[in-house]
Amino acid sequence: MNYFKNIKNAFKFKNCINYIIVGAMLIISLVMSSMGELPRSSADLLAQMGYSILLAVSLNLVVGFLGELSLGHAGFMCVGAYIGCYFANSLYEVIDSKLLVLIISMLIGGSVAAVFGLIIGLPALRLKGDYLAIVTLAFGEIVRTIFKNQPAFGAALGLSTKRFGSDLYIVALIVVLISLFLIQNIIRSKHGRAITAIRDNEIAAKAMGINITYYKLFVFVFAAFFAGVAGVIFGSKVTPVTYSFFSFNYSIEILVMVVLGGMGNITGSIISAVFITYLNFQLQDKLPGELAALKYLVYAIILILVVIYNNAPKLAALREKLSISNAISSKKKSKNPAAQHDDKNRWDVVPTKIPMDEIVSTDLKQEKAYTPDKPEKGGTE
Amino acid sequence: MSDYVLETKNLGISFGGLKAVQDVNLKIKKGQIYGLIGPNGAGKTTVFNLLTGVYKPTTGTFFLNGEELTGKGQEKINHKGIARTFQNIRLFNNMSVIRNVLVGLHNQPEFKCNPFVSMLKLPKHYDTEVRMRNKAKEILKIFDLYEERNNLACNLPYGKQRKLEIARALATNPKLLLLDEPAAGMNPNETAELMDTVRYIRDNFDVTVLLIEHDIKFVSGLCDEITVLNFGTVLCQGDVEKALNDPEVVKAYIGG
Repeated sequence: MNYFKNIKNAFKFKNCINYIIVGAMLIISLVMSSMGELPRSSADLLAQMGYSILLAVSLNLVVGFLGELSLGHAGFMCVGAYIGCYFANSLYEVIDSKLLVLIISMLIGGSVAAVFGLIIGLPALRLKGDYLAIVTLAFGEIVRTIFKNQPAFGAALGLSTKRFGSDLYIVALIVVLISLFLIQNIIRSKHGRAITAIRDNEIAAKAMGINITYYKLFVFVFAAFFAGVAGVIFGSKVTPVTYSFFSFNYSIEILVMVVLGGMGNITGSIISAVFITYLNFQLQDKLPGELAALKYLVYAIILILVVIYNNAPKLAALREKLSISNAISSKKKSKNPAAQHDDKNRWDVVPTKIPMDEIVSTDLKQEKAYTPDKPEKGGTE
Repeated sequence: MSDYVLETKNLGISFGGLKAVQDVNLKIKKGQIYGLIGPNGAGKTTVFNLLTGVYKPTTGTFFLNGEELTGKGQEKINHKGIARTFQNIRLFNNMSVIRNVLVGLHNQPEFKCNPFVSMLKLPKHYDTEVRMRNKAKEILKIFDLYEERNNLACNLPYGKQRKLEIARALATNPKLLLLDEPAAGMNPNETAELMDTVRYIRDNFDVTVLLIEHDIKFVSGLCDEITVLNFGTVLCQGDVEKALNDPEVVKAYIGG
């Protein structure tokens, strides 16, 4: 009985906002396509958003939750794309169902990427900060250079893959939903707490008996798996898969998605992945010919503006006003004041590092007026 | 099974030519509150770091309940039953108070839960989480932190941060608790309260306490036995009153 009560709690609006965002994307596009209103370019864009979300959320695991800077996420994606699509090509000869082949190749691509995650996770145990960033950066470059020089993978021309077709976005978004389920569950469990503890204070985490080796490797493997899956989705959309796509720039783009959305904030990662993918798409579309050179300029300006004004007080106040989850919880609070101190319902909400105001809004505001600038006076006097 | 919870034999470490700690022999009985004092730079915290595996001792050995733990890793030593607090508070600042304690509970055998079970949200996941949560609340109530449980740890006042650190260390279910200057930065009221707390946990949690402290009142009011360190060597050991009045000790502290 208790189990069902807990399950019910998991369906609270605040806990499943991420599923709602992705689910809404999926349902709206499905409805549109059933009415024949979904152009092919939009279906492509949706698939692209799908794997961008996967990449951003999985990198957020490493950067936001574990606190290690990784610049080689495109490398894991590269491994997944090449290996997964290579297997997919041979599987198509045996299995007729496109979907089944895609699923199997996603699992294979993800698993091989996870093995690489383990390999790159090992130096992460000894290196910190910038040094780890350099190692992961080198990893990304090495991987794509290796694939570039393998004739079996099409060498410099790239591996030609079989496109899945315009329905790919449905599979992509469903995979995103499943991955979000797995990732959020881990983050909101005791294992997630251990991972955030390592980020917050590694020495203390060690002294508390947290097995740092295990959790660091776990996060790297876990994140690499989803990057590999994203790579296979990419490979089913774009043909041929060329080494030049997985460059350092792409790793940085994923990192930008994570930083823009807020480190350790999964909803933020999803929104910023969608936003940046859309922005890229529009800029490519709207800036023809000579103007295409301006793409990166406009891109940079928009990013700078977002970063500067993201925490502007007026915007923060506006966001507060518009926040749906706040509106819902405040309504509930006024209904039942006795429930204010009962935190049973939100034990699986994860505190995050960068967006402090968000933590305040979810964790603390409901309790009592909270003033971060004036901590309570200590002592009994 | 030996009579002593902690027994060190000629424990020492040198960094290059510098002998930071040498020949420390501690014998701590079960249920004791044992003090480790000495002037600044005497090597008290280094002894703690040796006992918790931060440093590997270059000489000597130490035993917890007769089991040798010399050279083991930090996590391993914690699993075996030595927990510590830090001189400069090291909480998980961006996590709420209750989550800090939950991290402490992480390795308890009763709360074991496979990552894949958590990933799929099987019933066992909920079961462990709820039980962990209840246990953490219990611990927080003892330390009078229950009301603040959803605040961020970094927003607690200093005294409460110290308390939270002790609570978190206790959550790992230690046999020996190492407190590094628990009363530092506390006002007299808080210090008195802390003394009661330390006695309370000694009596109710079945732990032995080894503490470093500069506040002589705190030490003499609380400890059963002390060891005085100076320049990495043991100056004096034994009964509190006797050790504090030892001319060597007075000389080390005041000079002359």
